Amino acid sequence: MVMVVRNPIIEKQSKDGKPVVEYQEEELLDKVYSSVLQQCYSMYKLFNGTFLRAMEDGGLKLLKERLEKFFHRYLQTLHLQSCDLLDIFGGISFFPLDKMTYLKIQSFINRVEESLSIVKYTAFLYNDQLIWSGLEQDDMRILYKYLTTSLFPRHIEPELAGRDSPIRAEMPGNLQHYGRFLTGPLNLNDPEAKCRFPKIFVNTDDTYEALHLIVYKAMSAAVCFMIEASVQPTLDFCRRLDSIVGPQLTVLASDICEQFNINKRISGFVLCCVFTLKHLTDLGRVRPSPRWRCDRLGSGVLSVPVVVALSEKEPQFKFIYFNHMNLAEKSTIHMRKTPSVSLTSVHPDLMKILGDINSDFTRVDEDEEIIVKAMSDYWVVGKKSDQRELYVILNQKNANLIEVNEEVKKLCATQFNNIFFLD
Amino acid sequence: MGEEDYYLELCERPVHFEKANPVNCVFFDEANKQVFAVRSGGATGVVVKGPDDRNPISFRMEDKGEVKCIKFSLENKILAVQRTSKTVDFSNFIPDSSQLEYTQECKVLPEKRSLKLLKSQNINVNWYLYCPESAVILLSTTVLGNVLQPFYFRAGTMSKLPKFEIELPAAPKSTKLNLSERDIAMATIYGQLYVLFLRHHSRTSNSTGAEVVLYHLPREGACKKMHILKLSRTGKFALNVVDNLVVVHHQDTETSVIFDIRLRGEFDGTVTLHHPVLPARSIHPYQIPVADSSSWIVFQPDIIISASQGYLWNLQVKLQPIVNLLPDKGRLMDFLLQRKECKMVILSVCSQMLTESDRATLPVIATVFDKLNQEYKKYLDAEQNYTMAMEAGQSRSSPLLRRPVRTQAVVDQSDMYTHVLSAFTEKKETPHKFVIAVLMEYIRSLNQFQIAVQHYLHELVIKTLVQHNLFYMLHQFLQYHVLSDSKPLACLLLSLESFYPPAHQLSLDMLKRLSTANDEIVEVLLSKHQVLAALRFIRGIGGHDNISARKFLDAAKQTDDHMLFYTIFRFFEQRNQRLRGNPSFTPGEHCEEHVAFFKQVFGDQALMRPATF
Repeated sequence: MVMVVRNPIIEKQSKDGKPVVEYQEEELLDKVYSSVLQQCYSMYKLFNGTFLRAMEDGGLKLLKERLEKFFHRYLQTLHLQSCDLLDIFGGISFFPLDKMTYLKIQSFINRVEESLSIVKYTAFLYNDQLIWSGLEQDDMRILYKYLTTSLFPRHIEPELAGRDSPIRAEMPGNLQHYGRFLTGPLNLNDPEAKCRFPKIFVNTDDTYEALHLIVYKAMSAAVCFMIEASVQPTLDFCRRLDSIVGPQLTVLASDICEQFNINKRISGFVLCCVFTLKHLTDLGRVRPSPRWRCDRLGSGVLSVPVVVALSEKEPQFKFIYFNHMNLAEKSTIHMRKTPSVSLTSVHPDLMKILGDINSDFTRVDEDEEIIVKAMSDYWVVGKKSDQRELYVILNQKNANLIEVNEEVKKLCATQFNNIFFLD
Repeated sequence: MGEEDYYLELCERPVHFEKANPVNCVFFDEANKQVFAVRSGGATGVVVKGPDDRNPISFRMEDKGEVKCIKFSLENKILAVQRTSKTVDFSNFIPDSSQLEYTQECKVLPEKRSLKLLKSQNINVNWYLYCPESAVILLSTTVLGNVLQPFYFRAGTMSKLPKFEIELPAAPKSTKLNLSERDIAMATIYGQLYVLFLRHHSRTSNSTGAEVVLYHLPREGACKKMHILKLSRTGKFALNVVDNLVVVHHQDTETSVIFDIRLRGEFDGTVTLHHPVLPARSIHPYQIPVADSSSWIVFQPDIIISASQGYLWNLQVKLQPIVNLLPDKGRLMDFLLQRKECKMVILSVCSQMLTESDRATLPVIATVFDKLNQEYKKYLDAEQNYTMAMEAGQSRSSPLLRRPVRTQAVVDQSDMYTHVLSAFTEKKETPHKFVIAVLMEYIRSLNQFQIAVQHYLHELVIKTLVQHNLFYMLHQFLQYHVLSDSKPLACLLLSLESFYPPAHQLSLDMLKRLSTANDEIVEVLLSKHQVLAALRFIRGIGGHDNISARKFLDAAKQTDDHMLFYTIFRFFEQRNQRLRGNPSFTPGEHCEEHVAFFKQVFGDQALMRPATF
């Protein structure tokens, strides 16, 4: 596959007044776009299988058709101008969770897989962050990308607008719950409802499995159930799934929310999802009905889970962390990825420096540390320890090298004290 | 009915005595549980046998008329024989003391051969019932006989407890005695004394059959009606209490049912209604044919006597057959956890519910684990409280402080590992998905009850995941700390590195979190030739003054990286300078070889010079 990205150009007036085109090749990070290209292929493969398979199934013609169909739509969703370091990583954001709640989720998944035996794999997400994947890492990586940049954002807008109210008109005798399908039937009471689910392809290197992707959500908890493509899920099956999963997932989602807030409060932080101070104080008092309230805050567009220290001053640093081993990624630089743009809270120049440091890291195997002072006087630090990378942007213009080093040490001690991260 | 079906049996070694016949009278003393066979009024011999002592007592006594009742005092010191309705004859059985009899009409002082009146109460009594285990006597008073007056004996004193009335089935028409002693029993169930009243079916009330009403008789406070056991039958019944279960024998069908008052029943606000735990079954046929069980006589708590055949048995509950009779596994566990000899049966139930052919669903398995761990946690808490109280020195002030008893119902992680889980994970036919789900469910349950999970359970999980190449799953479990950190686990992970490279990182992270494994971290890094990383780590935690220079220099030399060797060598020269004021190594550090190597590669002049002032 080849992707052509045109260098950005600027027009300058030459001395004789003629416009001269100047290419800004320095502005482009090759690695970002090669990663984007690979991602394109992975995404195509997820929904269509390998090129080879298409050739086998229907020759070049079929492959062309599939490519045409897929990329016609997909290319429009790529926003090349805002691609950055995170696209290189293609990481997964994991939801922090205590052991007990995690075990409850395990238990839930195992039980559902037992009672709905056609479910082959399950993935569990909360607040658009991954908690469990039954799929292998590489498949989950691209599925995660699809869920968080395409499927979930598409469902948030109607939710916020108050349409498609999660509290559904209850069928008599049904337990009340907030569960609904994000893929598949919209209305289970409609006997004509279509049970069509996206088809995905996983483990294409060995077992080559085709699966139906069922995404089901209750409050901020989303579960992907993947079932053998040879089995066509019926409306009855969907109703059964709804009746088994809906109530359990609703309870689980509120447990997770509650647990998460307790943990945050203990650590002296408050999960802040909103803009104004008024909202902040409101959050401090969410106890009377924490479940619903937090959740609304948790799943909205504004709900970037930014951790804000209430009592202390604005943190002096922002960072991106990535672990190649489990693809875990954490960024306090990026605001939410919306379907249209990925918002960063720092200047593109700084993002470019991060990309440069990353390129330097890939050249050598050894652990490294690079400290850069940007034109804008920000300090940028890159650290690589074993398979982990950490990039920090410090907003302390007058600090010297030693102080910067100390700041980063402090940051590691507070944010990454439970992993082996060399100083 | 299969051989496996009987859940009640008679003990294997009954007390055998000469059967009752016109010349041989047989008596049973409930207090000492002794059987007396009196031949010809005692003239041709009396043989006394108890359940525990296999040496019967034999003696002769003069035939002074028909014996109505005969008993020993505790420890067989004084024999009491009742021959008329008003007198009791006593004789001493103390060695070297005379065996002359003495008589008293209605405390016995053996040395004076007289009795002493301790206390007298004036009550019109229809009949009495004495429970030796609890030392409580129950007197039937009033015309109808249904007002019961309990007395409690302790250390030679007798205290009166509040009297209470037994509700009779229907308003009696006549004013004659309506409550018979045959329908009343006393027994200790779960440490509490109960009066058991067998209420027969009455045609006037719309009850569906007879029932047993349990009145709780506390040492202090009023007697209270607590439980009703629904028999759903009519006819003749007899009661036993075995292992805190109420056993009701039905004569017509020659079957028995059992009730457990700790199992959940229907509570109506004041009393709890119970139905039989299991369907009615006969008692397991005894090895010798027992001709006629209708002539059996039943005594509390668990004794059955056949006078006509000369046997005294203890009734026993067999737990294994119950496993198949009680399909609800949650209820089965509730039942088993209350039994004395339950551990092996519980473990076999656990094994059974995990076998492919007989597999229970995960929610059922979870329920069983939760019930076991609740009991386990209760014991751990009691044990911890005891230890804390001992440490606080409360043992002197509170004599009541006793070490908690570990009953068989305490099934811990090592029991589960040894008898259930380890074998379960090795079965080839079980799908690994189920194996992992079960292990996680057990770990979930332990966590839920805040019981620290032992590392061998975590190892079992890892082993299973590794066997099926589920490394990504393993990674996720470790990421969320489901498998708790420990040195053995970290070492296990290290050993997996060749199959799954990220295990190295996971292991190092774990060692770091343990914070007691810094030496191990250094070893791991050195073994990977990450000499600089090892040195930076040890410096980071402030341990670089105590490390062996030779070890690091060895590792640096092995890398064949001269610049690395130079750096490490220089670091230790600087350390020597700082600690001893001289950059050279002492003979004790055994670094001669490295100094020579350094000189060879970088030349003598590269060695650091002692700082001069």
